Amino acid sequence: MVGLAVLLGLVLGYSALKFKVEGDPLVARIDAILPQTQCGQCGYPGCKPYATAIAKGEADINQCPPGGEPGVRALADLLGVEYKPLNAEHGLPKPKSVAVIDENICIGCTLCIQACPVDAILGAAKHMHTVIASECTGCELCLAPCPVDCITMEPISESPDNWKWRYPVFEIKQLSTTAIGADAGTH
Amino acid sequence: MLRSPYISNAPSVTNIMVKVLLALIPGILAYVWVFGGGILVTLTLATVTAIGAEALMLHLRSRPIKPFLMDGSAVVTAWLLALALPPLAPWWLIVVGTLFAIVVAKQLYGGLGYNMFNPAMIGYAVLLISFPVIMTHWPAPLALAEAKLSFLDQLHFILTTSLPEGIKVDAVSMATPLDYLKTQLTLQHVVQDISQAPIFGAIGAQGGELVTGAYLLGGIYLMQQRIITWHLPVAFLGTLGLISAMFYLVDASHFANPGFHLMSGASMLCAFFIITDPVSGPTTPKGKLVFAAGVGILTYLIRVYGGYPDGVAFAVIFFNICVPLIDAYTQPRVFGHEK
Amino acid sequence: MNAILNNLSQVFKFHGGVHPPENKQESTTEPIKQLGLPSKLVLPLRQHVGNIPKVLVEVGQHVLKGQLLAEAEGSISAAIHAPTSGTVIAIEDSLIPHPSGLPDRCITLQPDGKDEWVARTKTDWRSADKATLVGSLRQSGIVGLGGAAFPSHIKLRADGKTAIQTLVINAAECEPYITCDDMLMRERAEEIIHGIEITQYLLGAAECLIGIEDNKPQAAEIMRAACAKSQLPIRVVVVPTLYPSGDARRLIHLLTGKEVPSNKRSTQVGIQCFNVATVLAIYRYFEFGEPALSRIVTVTGNVAKPANFEVLFGTPVTDLLAAAGNALPNTNDYIMGGPMMGFSLPSAEVPVTKASNCIIASAPELFPEPLPAMPCIRCARCADACPVNLQPQELYWFSKSSNLEKAREYDLFDCIECGCCTYVCPSNIPLVQYYRYAKSEIIAQDRAKEAADIARERNEFRLMRIEREKQERAQKHAQKALGAKTETTLTDGSVSDAEAAKKAAIAAAIERAKAQKAEVVPQNVEDATPRVQEEIAEIDALRAEASKAVVAAENQKKDL
Repeated sequence: MVGLAVLLGLVLGYSALKFKVEGDPLVARIDAILPQTQCGQCGYPGCKPYATAIAKGEADINQCPPGGEPGVRALADLLGVEYKPLNAEHGLPKPKSVAVIDENICIGCTLCIQACPVDAILGAAKHMHTVIASECTGCELCLAPCPVDCITMEPISESPDNWKWRYPVFEIKQLSTTAIGADAGTH
Repeated sequence: MLRSPYISNAPSVTNIMVKVLLALIPGILAYVWVFGGGILVTLTLATVTAIGAEALMLHLRSRPIKPFLMDGSAVVTAWLLALALPPLAPWWLIVVGTLFAIVVAKQLYGGLGYNMFNPAMIGYAVLLISFPVIMTHWPAPLALAEAKLSFLDQLHFILTTSLPEGIKVDAVSMATPLDYLKTQLTLQHVVQDISQAPIFGAIGAQGGELVTGAYLLGGIYLMQQRIITWHLPVAFLGTLGLISAMFYLVDASHFANPGFHLMSGASMLCAFFIITDPVSGPTTPKGKLVFAAGVGILTYLIRVYGGYPDGVAFAVIFFNICVPLIDAYTQPRVFGHEK
Repeated sequence: MNAILNNLSQVFKFHGGVHPPENKQESTTEPIKQLGLPSKLVLPLRQHVGNIPKVLVEVGQHVLKGQLLAEAEGSISAAIHAPTSGTVIAIEDSLIPHPSGLPDRCITLQPDGKDEWVARTKTDWRSADKATLVGSLRQSGIVGLGGAAFPSHIKLRADGKTAIQTLVINAAECEPYITCDDMLMRERAEEIIHGIEITQYLLGAAECLIGIEDNKPQAAEIMRAACAKSQLPIRVVVVPTLYPSGDARRLIHLLTGKEVPSNKRSTQVGIQCFNVATVLAIYRYFEFGEPALSRIVTVTGNVAKPANFEVLFGTPVTDLLAAAGNALPNTNDYIMGGPMMGFSLPSAEVPVTKASNCIIASAPELFPEPLPAMPCIRCARCADACPVNLQPQELYWFSKSSNLEKAREYDLFDCIECGCCTYVCPSNIPLVQYYRYAKSEIIAQDRAKEAADIARERNEFRLMRIEREKQERAQKHAQKALGAKTETTLTDGSVSDAEAAKKAAIAAAIERAKAQKAEVVPQNVEDATPRVQEEIAEIDALRAEASKAVVAAENQKKDL
């Protein structure tokens, strides 16, 4: 009996070493789930610091509004913890927006350029500033520093280019009111 | 809201279930001929219980009742269970079995399309384990019974479990051929002698082979109507026949011939009506072959080495658990892919 | 029956498929009719796969028929031409035929009734260089007219990787109701053969196979006769009527037995496939200099006189319905495309585009409201019907529970959305809707992930840049501190050589900067249009104001 246990133990130990799967460290895997908005709403200066805090156990998984509910679920899956709803203290999910600088008002002070965490604002001192829309993550960090309040957030509108088919919902029972009945299989 | 495709040409679920019921009718008629009209009472009782139970459960689950009741799946479950039970089973046996099948095995799993196990087989297995004596006491075929029971007598027995004056239970019931074979083999008799007993007919059970033959006809009707494909019945019967043939060829005195196995017990009912339940069965063609072959082998092993005379129910339930695995490993090759 | 006549051609089979009722007779009783000039033409910029073209005209500009309105931009793009002469009255967002019902940028043209052509030239394609020919096709506006709307010049350019052996012409037209290709073949077979000749030449293909379903015996006969006359290695192969044999990969398999691998294009197995109407358009472009201006559209269903029409792009669907005798009173919807794969138009006010092959007016008798869906009973009829041999019931369970990773693993993106699965489902489940939802979710998620990866890189670079600047500054401070120490050792008060050199350098730099500032002139102003010059003047004024504002702000600070 003991001999069998020792043998199996050796086999397991050997397999653990020989067949070890090289995976990303936990921080990188958490960071891969985070949306990289770099907005700081979670309380940490960027997504990587937040990921590090989660990995250390210092932060909870429900502090990221841009990741929304799917993000929290993905983190819960990865870490094997219970899902919990987003912590409203850190903000609520908003539709994805892009910053727009009103060029008539901009004075070229570069404060927003220094604030942008992904260098999405093009410009230099005393030169016109403009947001590169395709790189803007919608973090809103540039709104506060601007001394002349020339930056607004514009939600990305739906166009035939980025339109998505909706989840199919259909009636299985004609109700007397006009309310649509639930999908047959949802619980 | 209209959306593409805007046209469709599919039989409804009700349509499919009704055809299955139609296919069972020859079997039921043969049953009445061989065992008397008691089966009709059983069927009625089971149907009523099933529909009532389903309606109640749907109401409790806040689901729309009419569409689900009209789809006929509860009735199919009820009939299959009723045909698997002994014809003179007491009314409470039928009710308990049907209730368990519909409420637990079907509705508690999520209703139509969500049950993991074949509801009729779960009901049967629960009854078999809980009431083994009643479940293995089949009435003798009318031709063999010493005392002939009329339809009213049978009805009376089902509802009150009491027989008319002067008739004993032994006079009207006996072990099934499979059961008889099993017990006689343990008594060290050989198959050739055992099969001389009057209960054995030409291939299967006396009278019983008429019923299984009728199920076969019903099954062929289902295949012709494309309600079921050939994979499941052929694989099941083929494997059962093959394994019983193998054992028979090795030792004909201790193992019955393949024809016997194919035509007795629930083999035909299983091949065409039980394993073909789409919800709990596999969906890929290769998966169907694997599933049916597995059920065939396990049925045979339970019959020969197991503790119960007929292994269909347990074999089906066991392989229902394996279905997701079978499906995952038998995915057909997609167009444009290599594997 | 016609398949027996294909004595030399073997027709293979694909898995699944269904036989919906054809309903093609109604619209083939009369020849193709010409539609009169509509009152306005609305041309969406996005009528094809790829980048939207760059608009070259302005509101109020008068254009001639065939004039380039928007040029192809980027490698995968197609041009838009004026279908008739007239005035551009608007370049704005307008309702387009798209399942979303969202508007998109369109050029609206008001015809002047004169139908004046722009200068057209014939191209002698036999003597021209192939690359030049394909290059000129880029501005021809020709895209696949089978419904996929892929710019045709991309499919004709040699990628230098694999040679094309077989050109397949898709004339199957497998969807019910649609008959535009059928009528085109009956009436313009010779031109089609000429088009095939050019296409075969451009591709360098050794043979050409035309796939036609056997429900089009007349078209098959006429095409065969035209092929026989032409002496080219073109063969008409009649395939059994089975939906969806008109899908390009399915047709290639039917005609050649080859399965195009799912992650490759058909060119990588030496086959290219074109719709029969597209090759005709290519012919007309080279032979007559006519860019893509019109197409044949079938108008059928609940209309008084179903028929096929030659329609200019941008024609409102209302005009088309009027020409077909108007939709009957109980019409409840308009479908663009066929009943298996089409979509409902947001209204009849949308224009006809390059992808519009058919408009069906729908009525409750033709397309009844679908019955309520029941749960899936896993009967696998959908798997039996799927031409791609997928497992639709598994994809349904995954899409329903939004388990998108598993859906992708089960080859969701191989689904061609043909609708065969939904056609046979006993539980009336709208399977294709689930797959469309899952696909667009996955695509959106993938895009978001790409954007997130780029954002992460930019953030990391920024952090690195800040770090680097900090270090440089620290170094400079250290050097300065070192330099100051050496200075204090000099006691004679004279400035050291290093100090003097540095001061001189700084002075020179300041002089240079001043000179540059004085010289700031906008680049690239020769040949600037008046509008651009106005803009430059505006910006200069703004700059002046802004610098005044900065100066004022600084003064304010000083004052405080």
